[in-house]
Amino acid sequence: MRTQPLFDRQTTLVLSLLTIAAILVPAMNGLVPRGSALHLSDHLVPLLGKYVCLALLALSVDLIWGFCGILSLGHGAFFALGGYAMGMYLMRQIGARGVYADPVLPDFMVFLNWKELPWFWHGFEWFPFAALMVLLVPGALALVFGWFAFRSRVTGVYFSIITQAMTFALMLAFFRNDMGLGGNNGLTDFKELLGFPVQAGSTRIVLFVLSVLALACGYLLCRWAVGSTFGKVLVAVRDAESRTRFLGYRVEHYKLAVFTLSAMLAGVAGALYVPQVGIINPSEFAPANSIEVVIWVAVGGRGTLAGAILGALLVNAGKTWFTAALPEFWLFALGGLFVFVTLFMPRGMIGAAGDLWERSSQRLRAGRSPEPATHAAE
Amino acid sequence: MTVPVTPTLLYLDNVTVSFDGFRALNALSLAIDHAEMRAIIGPNGAGKTTMMDVITGKTQPNEGTALFEGTHDLTALDETAIAELGIGRKFQTPTVFELHTVEDNLLLALKNKRGPLATLLSRRTNREQERIDSLLERVRLPAQRHRRAGELSHGQKQWLEIGMLLAQEPKLLLIDEPAAGMTDQETADTADLLRDIAKSKGVIVVEHDMSFVRALGAKVTCLHEGSVLAEGSLDAVSANERVVEVYLGR
Repeated sequence: MRTQPLFDRQTTLVLSLLTIAAILVPAMNGLVPRGSALHLSDHLVPLLGKYVCLALLALSVDLIWGFCGILSLGHGAFFALGGYAMGMYLMRQIGARGVYADPVLPDFMVFLNWKELPWFWHGFEWFPFAALMVLLVPGALALVFGWFAFRSRVTGVYFSIITQAMTFALMLAFFRNDMGLGGNNGLTDFKELLGFPVQAGSTRIVLFVLSVLALACGYLLCRWAVGSTFGKVLVAVRDAESRTRFLGYRVEHYKLAVFTLSAMLAGVAGALYVPQVGIINPSEFAPANSIEVVIWVAVGGRGTLAGAILGALLVNAGKTWFTAALPEFWLFALGGLFVFVTLFMPRGMIGAAGDLWERSSQRLRAGRSPEPATHAAE
Repeated sequence: MTVPVTPTLLYLDNVTVSFDGFRALNALSLAIDHAEMRAIIGPNGAGKTTMMDVITGKTQPNEGTALFEGTHDLTALDETAIAELGIGRKFQTPTVFELHTVEDNLLLALKNKRGPLATLLSRRTNREQERIDSLLERVRLPAQRHRRAGELSHGQKQWLEIGMLLAQEPKLLLIDEPAAGMTDQETADTADLLRDIAKSKGVIVVEHDMSFVRALGAKVTCLHEGSVLAEGSLDAVSANERVVEVYLGR
């Protein structure tokens, strides 16, 4: 009756694949000569980096939805807030190199005739502060939002709806120019990150590797959390909430803890995403974005962690291909995929693969030994 | 309230709960002693489940007093706080964590620190292991320890849930229809188990099966329309004319 080992088969596989990606992508881009079939062109590196960030976002959704049954349809908001925190740092790094060459004010503020920096922009010129905000701003929002929602026992579809409302409200707010965050256009024209030019190939390689590292750390953190007794309580809340309460657990504290942790992971994903795509604007708060994340998790396999990563990578790669080849069909394909997975693979790709594996290994065992399979004490 | 106002373990006085004018409990009064077993009988809608809801904090009464150990006002506490005081509840339909193993179900129920940080950093100790082993023995599930609770038979789930209650080390157990869906042998075994538990803890059993109630050998309270109709030994209560009329049938 040990708790699950931290390095089970799935974890080893995920970490190995991520390590391979972190080595192969830079090598294929930097070492393989241009023109070779194995060469990875420069524009693909940030694209892959973007997928990895989205995989981290999917992981954060799987942690709460897959293990605690909290279906957030507003996780894009935490991702976008982390992105904005990073964007604010990048804006302050532009300095006098902006179009209006103001040493302090970002271009959009000069354009709006603002005379001084709003109070909440102070500190963002300093990277450690910005990095802290990447965690604290999404975390604080999740804490306050979750405290009200979970204390009032808002669950199920009602919770999902208010998370949609939350991200929609934030989108409307961020669209306004007087929010002081670039309004409609958002934050863009970034120059440098910690002194490195953000457009440079080498910076993008480093950002890709950092994204993979963040995903690996996020995965390990989630795996550790769900493998602990804490994780067993989360599953207990998911499957029989009132039973958990009658056992003496403060269900709302558990939900709040895991929701806040998840929001912080989403924030980190957003912060790594922004320098790689070069822009953050209010459309990242769009309710549809958050719904898409849930589809990735469902496709990969809810409650498996690895499934969230797999689903995010595959669906986004599919999206890139589709929107180039058959742009008008992408939403139909995505909708069709969701319906297909819900009907025929309710446990997602990882679940379906696991069932196949189980069945074939059972057949193997049945063929090899005449005794019936017993529940081995492991 | 630091000085106990009553020596009894559980003290309900004049408790009334109404839902949209319907009085689920109507000035109900009941007292349960330490290490006492009490069987509650009564027709459907008599208020048996509502009474359990009031005791466990799921429902707030409109009026009345509910005291635990003479000092704790149950009407002011929620489910979690009441569970921590030492009141365990078994639901009518067995409610276990179906996807967790039998062992993990007991582990989650063990009397331990319940906060998120404590469970995140907790490590399995030998003492916990021994406790789980002895509980598995007591509810006769050692062979099923690694199976998922959802794979157990109905009767085994009932027993697992009783095991989870014991793991909480409560002072009072509320048990709703433990014999429902059990074979005759399982029913007899369950009565033995509950009698054994009642040697050291207060136990309230809600049950319809009169032969099971007889096997419990406990004082019986018959509820009707939200208040106590009769109280006493099973024979005395069964002989009560009103009880025969509203519940046992003519």
